[in-house]
Amino acid sequence: MWNYEKRLEYPVNIKETNPKIAKFIMSQYGGPDGEISASLRYLSQRYAMPYREVMGILTDIGTEEMAHFEMVATIVHQLTRNLTPEEIKESGFGEYYIDHTLGIWPQAAGGIPQNACEFQVKGDPITDIMEDMAADGAIV
Amino acid sequence: MLRQNMNKNQLLQWINEVSFAVTEMTLYLDTHPDDAEALSYFNHFNQERQKALRLYSSTYAPLTLDTAQEENCWRWATEPWPWEGGHC
Repeated sequence: MWNYEKRLEYPVNIKETNPKIAKFIMSQYGGPDGEISASLRYLSQRYAMPYREVMGILTDIGTEEMAHFEMVATIVHQLTRNLTPEEIKESGFGEYYIDHTLGIWPQAAGGIPQNACEFQVKGDPITDIMEDMAADGAIV
Repeated sequence: MLRQNMNKNQLLQWINEVSFAVTEMTLYLDTHPDDAEALSYFNHFNQERQKALRLYSSTYAPLTLDTAQEENCWRWATEPWPWEGGHC
């Protein structure tokens, strides 16, 4: 069970659009080490975790990652608001726009869709925590 | 500190601050469940957060359904969403 809270974990107020940067930042939403993969990784690993403290922290971090992916999506949304057709073409945002217009779709910067193959759940605590460190360490 | 005369942005900023303390203490307590100092820190900021969320709901609009007390209009959907910006 989850409840929504109608605020961002940290406020995002971007004044100027920039579709080129939006395309890079989008990877932090739906890329291999993005926030959706992080959330699914932690929330899926917790069922086989043998330690109660770690079940707790996987639940709470997996939940916090959802707040992160909402912030990243907000950044992409605010960077791409009200673009003109010229801005879309010139910035290289056209390939994304043709399939998704200004909607937010979870993909990596290179256009690869968000995919569960980007993380692992093995039911073994050492293996799973090593995988968490590899993924979250990669984005520090 | 929570003050009754805070404007909308100040109150939201306060909610963000106390919520950050609650979130971080939750993660710490998950692996340190017997730390008395951490427990009292968590309890203090959790109470401050609940107070501020209730005040925001009664003065402006609900941020959580737990604090929603809607009489004339369902503002949950009609008030701005977080990604629209314009907040502090």
